[in-house]
Amino acid sequence: MKATCWTGIKSIEVRDVPDPKILNKRDAIVRITSTAICGSDLHLYNGFVPTMEKGDILGHEFMGEVVEVGPAVKNLKVGDRVVVPFPIACGICAACQAEAYSLCENSNPNAWMAEKAWGHSPAGIFGYSHMLGGFAGGQAQYARVPFADVGPLKIENGLSDEQVLFLSDIFPTGYMGAEMCGIQRGQVIAVWGAGPVGQFAIASAILLGADRVIAIDRFPYRLDAARDKAGATDILNYEEVDSVSETLKEMTGGRGPDACIDAVGMEAHGHGPMYVYDRVKQAAKLESDRPIALREAIVSCRNGGVVSVIGVYGGFIDKFPAGSMMNRGLTIRTGQCHVQRYMKRLLEHIERGDIDPSFVITHRLPLSEAPRGYEMFVKKEDNCEKVVLTA
Amino acid sequence: MGTTSRTLDQDTRGQTDRASRSGPRASDRPRARDQVESSREAGGTGDSLANGLGWFSIGLGLAQIAAPRGMARLIGVTDDSRSAAIMRTVGMREIAAGIGILSQPHHRPGWLWGRVAGDIMDLALLGTVLSGNSMQRNRTVVATAAVLGVTALDVLCGQQLEQRSEGNGESSRAEGRRRSKSEVTANLTINRPPEEVYRFWRQLDNLPQFMQHLESVQVLDDRRSHWVARAPAGKRVEWDAVITQDRPNELIGWRSDEDAQVRNEGTVRFRPAPGGRGTEVSVTLRYDPPAGVLGAAISKLFLEEPTKQIPDDLRRFKQVMELGEVMLSDATVRPGPHPAQPDADLEQEVER
Repeated sequence: MKATCWTGIKSIEVRDVPDPKILNKRDAIVRITSTAICGSDLHLYNGFVPTMEKGDILGHEFMGEVVEVGPAVKNLKVGDRVVVPFPIACGICAACQAEAYSLCENSNPNAWMAEKAWGHSPAGIFGYSHMLGGFAGGQAQYARVPFADVGPLKIENGLSDEQVLFLSDIFPTGYMGAEMCGIQRGQVIAVWGAGPVGQFAIASAILLGADRVIAIDRFPYRLDAARDKAGATDILNYEEVDSVSETLKEMTGGRGPDACIDAVGMEAHGHGPMYVYDRVKQAAKLESDRPIALREAIVSCRNGGVVSVIGVYGGFIDKFPAGSMMNRGLTIRTGQCHVQRYMKRLLEHIERGDIDPSFVITHRLPLSEAPRGYEMFVKKEDNCEKVVLTA
Repeated sequence: MGTTSRTLDQDTRGQTDRASRSGPRASDRPRARDQVESSREAGGTGDSLANGLGWFSIGLGLAQIAAPRGMARLIGVTDDSRSAAIMRTVGMREIAAGIGILSQPHHRPGWLWGRVAGDIMDLALLGTVLSGNSMQRNRTVVATAAVLGVTALDVLCGQQLEQRSEGNGESSRAEGRRRSKSEVTANLTINRPPEEVYRFWRQLDNLPQFMQHLESVQVLDDRRSHWVARAPAGKRVEWDAVITQDRPNELIGWRSDEDAQVRNEGTVRFRPAPGGRGTEVSVTLRYDPPAGVLGAAISKLFLEEPTKQIPDDLRRFKQVMELGEVMLSDATVRPGPHPAQPDADLEQEVER
């Protein structure tokens, strides 16, 4: 089959690789019809995630048709149309039973690597380094899907691929980011990053009853989409202001947003001396992640507010504003999304017409042009927001 | 969920390691060891002297780097650029030694002997000054005397620390434990009741299902069993083992025969996890690899990535107990580094 392979830093190739096989009794093989490039794939592309091997198959947002099931999979049959959640989760361990699927205790066979880096291991993830399992990803023609009796969501209602594909990651991720804010009527939420996850965090904050949602980014086309499509009430281009947190004070009567969502993660951009400081430290391998958005989110949040972190971090950061966090009683909530917990609920929102997630798509390419998709996305060429690949 | 492991290359390190543990384990330990631990926790001989010397190193080093010419004048040397460069180099060495000494919670003598070597180097430098162009000979003599005094302190402290580690080694031998070279521990919570987890492990021929290096375990009778393990280069290692302790639903201990090529012993403990979360499992394995070429190969078998093998075995045990099989990924389905791609040569793992 054809598959999108990581072949080194800033190097992606579509290669011919062997077809996947059933390895465990709860596996299914899915013929992929649509798959997407995620912002977090760009961290792999740019070489910020360790334990990648040349030839690793990328991709964790995918859907398709079941072509084979293992002997223990009773709920799916050949021909079923499914969306596959990106965290691999057994459904049996203590974490899965608490619906914390991205913390599954059994799905990362390379847990020892994650334990060395992070102390404990989270769940395995498709196509996302060896420390998160070493699973072939879904930017390919076929994929092996473990625990197929727990993860994949059957689509039976004739919705198009583009309407349901993002149930695999970015819609639930944005939704969880908003849900972790504990939004109440009348609240003001600020979202750092108007990439695809940020767009869904904004749309979800509105769905969950926020009064105002402020989108923060540097690309006018992304801010326009946040306002016109996701429903942000205010937009803030951080390159046009001296200080994001001062501007947020102006916008909120001096209080600061009730909750701040970091939908940026480890490769944040910014300006001023702190940004230069982080670029230099990261280039010199003295810090692994650039926490510009996270620092701003903490310092900007109102006293006693919530900072919700869904942007991906990998390692260590510098100049963490611990004093601001502790003395002002902030709550920090984080996590890779427990996608399996949200898929059904969000599918109902799509079915009811509350939201059409396809609004984030700006580019559609065949799988064979995946390398061009990565390049456009990383360089933000042609107002690129989201690339969908069709196999 | 937590998995930890360590390899200990000396008995003395085993002491430090165990000092940090508590809980039910303590009751199984001999008294002598507990006493050694308590004296160590209180901060033993040589510790405060070592701390003092560590901070002295850093202070002196900072002064030498910040004001090299002033320091040169102080010891009666010409304050030219060459002296300043030497002074800065010596200062950096002092700071490195200071950090080295202070960064070890339980001081070991290594860094102290590093300081002694530095002292000898300083004395040699001062010697050349005395025999040459000292501006103020008196100052240099005073400086030399000061360095000699510090050297004496360094040697004294190093000796105290050496004696302490030797003393600990003796006490552990006195306790009659075999001189095990290596010990690995792993802990994990399994979402199944202790009875079930114990029963599966007690059936020793189940072990190869999750212990990757084991080819087979044949149960000979209620206590005795025959183990076959895979070694590198297609070799095999075989030995007989005997169950030394068996407390149903709580603990199983086993030990290889004395004439085994790799003498090894292990303990697995089971205790109910609080809040009905299943069973807390703790595995400790000790190996005593023999000398020689075969010994080296066997050590490799058991000790390759020791922080990985035992915790990984335990994690596979959890998978077998909770899922009924070992979870595979494209990376782990065959050994060795390779990309996460489907494997063309692999037989279908699961029977239809």
